[in-house]
Amino acid sequence: MSQGTEQISAPAAPLTMAKAINAALSDAMAEDDKVVVFGEDVGALGGVFRVTDGLAAKFGDERCFDTPLAEASIMGTAIGMAVYGFKPVVEMQFDAFAYPAFEQVFSHLAKMRNRTRGAVPVPVVVRIPYGGGIGGVEHHSDSSESYFAHTPGLHVVTPATVEDSYSLLREAIDSPDPVIFFEPKRLYWSKANVALPARTGRIGTAAVRRQGTHATLVCYGQTVPVCMAAAEQAAKEGIELEVLDLRSLVPLDDEAIESSVGRTGRAIVVHESVGFGGFGAEVAARIAERCFYRLEAPVTRVAGLDIPFPPPKYEHWYLPDADRVLDAVDRAMAAG
Amino acid sequence: MTLLDLSARDREGKAATAVRPVWDSEPLRYLDEHGAPVEGGIRPTPALLDPGALLRGYRALRFARAFDTEATNLVMQGRLAVYPSCRGQEACEVAAVHALEEQDWLLPTYRDSAALVLRGIPAVDALTLLRGTWHCGYDPKQWRTMPQCTPLATQGPHAVGLGLAAKLAGDPAVALCFFGDGATSEGDFHEAANSAAVYQAPVVFLVQNNQYAISVPLHKQTHAISLADKASGYGMPGIRVDGNDLIAMNAVLAEAVQRARTGGGPTLIEAVTYRVQAHTNADDAARYRQSAEVEYWRRRDPIDRLGRYLTARGALDAAVEAEIDEECERYCEQMRAQFAEEPSYDADEMFEHVYDEMTPQLKAQREMLRAEEAAK
Repeated sequence: MSQGTEQISAPAAPLTMAKAINAALSDAMAEDDKVVVFGEDVGALGGVFRVTDGLAAKFGDERCFDTPLAEASIMGTAIGMAVYGFKPVVEMQFDAFAYPAFEQVFSHLAKMRNRTRGAVPVPVVVRIPYGGGIGGVEHHSDSSESYFAHTPGLHVVTPATVEDSYSLLREAIDSPDPVIFFEPKRLYWSKANVALPARTGRIGTAAVRRQGTHATLVCYGQTVPVCMAAAEQAAKEGIELEVLDLRSLVPLDDEAIESSVGRTGRAIVVHESVGFGGFGAEVAARIAERCFYRLEAPVTRVAGLDIPFPPPKYEHWYLPDADRVLDAVDRAMAAG
Repeated sequence: MTLLDLSARDREGKAATAVRPVWDSEPLRYLDEHGAPVEGGIRPTPALLDPGALLRGYRALRFARAFDTEATNLVMQGRLAVYPSCRGQEACEVAAVHALEEQDWLLPTYRDSAALVLRGIPAVDALTLLRGTWHCGYDPKQWRTMPQCTPLATQGPHAVGLGLAAKLAGDPAVALCFFGDGATSEGDFHEAANSAAVYQAPVVFLVQNNQYAISVPLHKQTHAISLADKASGYGMPGIRVDGNDLIAMNAVLAEAVQRARTGGGPTLIEAVTYRVQAHTNADDAARYRQSAEVEYWRRRDPIDRLGRYLTARGALDAAVEAEIDEECERYCEQMRAQFAEEPSYDADEMFEHVYDEMTPQLKAQREMLRAEEAAK
C-alpha cells in the first residue's frame, strides 16, 4: 500500500486520513511482527470506520483479531502482551466506549513503567476515534482527551492532517511509552496528496499551519481546519492569524506556544471538548505563566459548551466554528 | 490450525472441555482436618504423594508462615506501613508457586507477599510496596512475577495478555493469576475469564476464597454457593478445592497448569480457605466475626494437617522440625536486620520513570524540587 519513495517524485494520489492510518498500521505490521492489532470488529469487518480494512486478510488472524466486547479486557490484555514483548495497537470503537477501560489505562497502562522503576515499559497504542460533527447519536461524539492528558505516564496525540495521521501513528507505535492516539473522526474522510511513508515532526512538537502576526489560534485535531477557515476569512479583513496545531497534548510543546504567542501577543485556544476543566484551560494557564507581559489581550477559549454532547440536530450549535472563533478574535483585537 | 483458533469453537458448537456444575459438591480434598487421607477423597498420582516432594511442600508452608509472622511483627515495629497477612492461606501460596516453572508468569495480589518470597524474590524487594519506599521493588521480568495488584481483579486481563502472548509466540509458558473472593464481583474478573476462554489462553485463575473481603462475608458478595461454578458460564473447567490441603491443591494446580500448557485453555479454581488475621493491621475483625469461627478454621490449619500426615508416615520428626525452625529463624533474623536499616530513597527517582525520556515539564519540576531541598 505504501511501498516507496518513488511516489515522492510522482504526483501522490489523494489519500483520506482513514486510509493513511490504515497504511501506517499496515506498514508497522509489515516491519515488525511484534505489532498486533485487536479490538471490536477490527477483523473481517475492518472496523466500523474501516480503518483496519484488510489487515486481518493480509497478516492473518493472529496479528489482527476481533475481541469480545470488553474494553477493560482489551486494554488489560494489551498490557499483558506488551509486558511479554508484543506491541499491541488496540482500537476503542468510539470515544465513549473507551470509558470501561479507564481503570486499566489509569491504574496500570500509565503507571507500569513508574511503579516498576522503568523495568516494565508498556508500549501500547490506544486508538480512539473522537469528537462530533458526524451526526452520531449519544455516546458517539465525545471528546475525552482531557481525562487522558491529566494522567501522568501517557502520551496523548491527535493528528489534524492526513500526513500527520500516518506519521504520528508510526511514531506512536515506535514509542516505548503508551500513547493515546485520538483520531478526529470528522476528518477521517478529509483528503490530501500525500506520499507515503510520510514522516513529520516528533511526538511532543507542535506545527505552525499558517503564519500570522496579530493573534495565535492554538488548536488540535478537528478544530485545526476550523481555525484555518477562520484565518482565511480574517485575512480578507487584514487580520493575520497564526494557526498553531498542537499535534501532541502530552508532551506539550510549551516552546512553540510561547514562541508564537510571545510574537503575536494574543491567544485564542480552540477545542471541541467541554471548556470547563478542559485542556484549553491548561494551555491558557501556561500562556499566562510564560507570556503575561507580552500579552495585548486576555487569553480566551473557544470550546464545546459545558453540556453533555447534544443530539445530532443540535450539534451545529455545540461545535466551535469559524464564526465563533472570529468573534473571539474580534474581542482580542479590540482589547489591545 | 492457527495458534489463535477462534473459529474452532463455533464449528463444534461447544467448548472443547467438559463442564460440570460443582455447586453441590464438597471441595476436593485428600486430607481430612486431622491430616489423615479422607474417604472418597481425590486420588493423587504417586509423584504428588512422594514424601520428599511433600516435605519440600511442608518446609515451604513453614517458611511462608514464618515470613508472614515476621512481616506482621515488622508492622508493629513501624518498619512496614501496612501488611495484609496470608496466615491460614499458605497452602494456596505454596501450591501456586510450586506448580509453576521458571518461564511461567505469576500475577499476585497485595495478600500474596509470601508467594513472592517463595518465588525467590528477596524479602526487602518483595515488601518494598508495604514499606513505602517504592511501588514494586523487584524486576517483574526477571522473576516472571507481575507487580502485586491492588485494584481488585485488574490483574486478570493482564494474565490473559501474558498467556495469549505466550500462545502467539509459541512458548509453553502459563500465567497463573491470584484473586480473592471479593474480586469475583468485579467486572474485570468476568472480562478476563470470558476473554481467556474465548482465546483459549494458557491461564489458571486461582481464587483464594478466604471468606471475607475486608469485613464483607462471602454471602454478601455472591448469591452463588460456589465461585468455581462461575466457570461453566465461561466454558472452562471449574474446580472447587480445599485450600488448606496442600496435597489436593498441588493435584488440582498440576492438572490445571498442564492443561493450560498443552493447549487446553484456562481453568478456574476456587480454593476454599480462611483469612485467619484481620484484613490488615489497620482492620478490626472483632467488629464483624466471632472468635469461634476463627477457632473452627484454626483447627483446619494447612500446616498442622500436612505435618500430621507426614509425621504419621515417618517423613517428619522432631529433628526435622527443629531444623526447619532454625532455617526459618535464620531467615527472620536476616529480615529483621535488613529492615532495621533506614531505607534510602531519592526524590529525583519520582521523575525518572514516568516516561522513557523525561519531558521538559518534568525536568522543570525536578529542578524546582531540587531547589526547594537545597534551600532547606
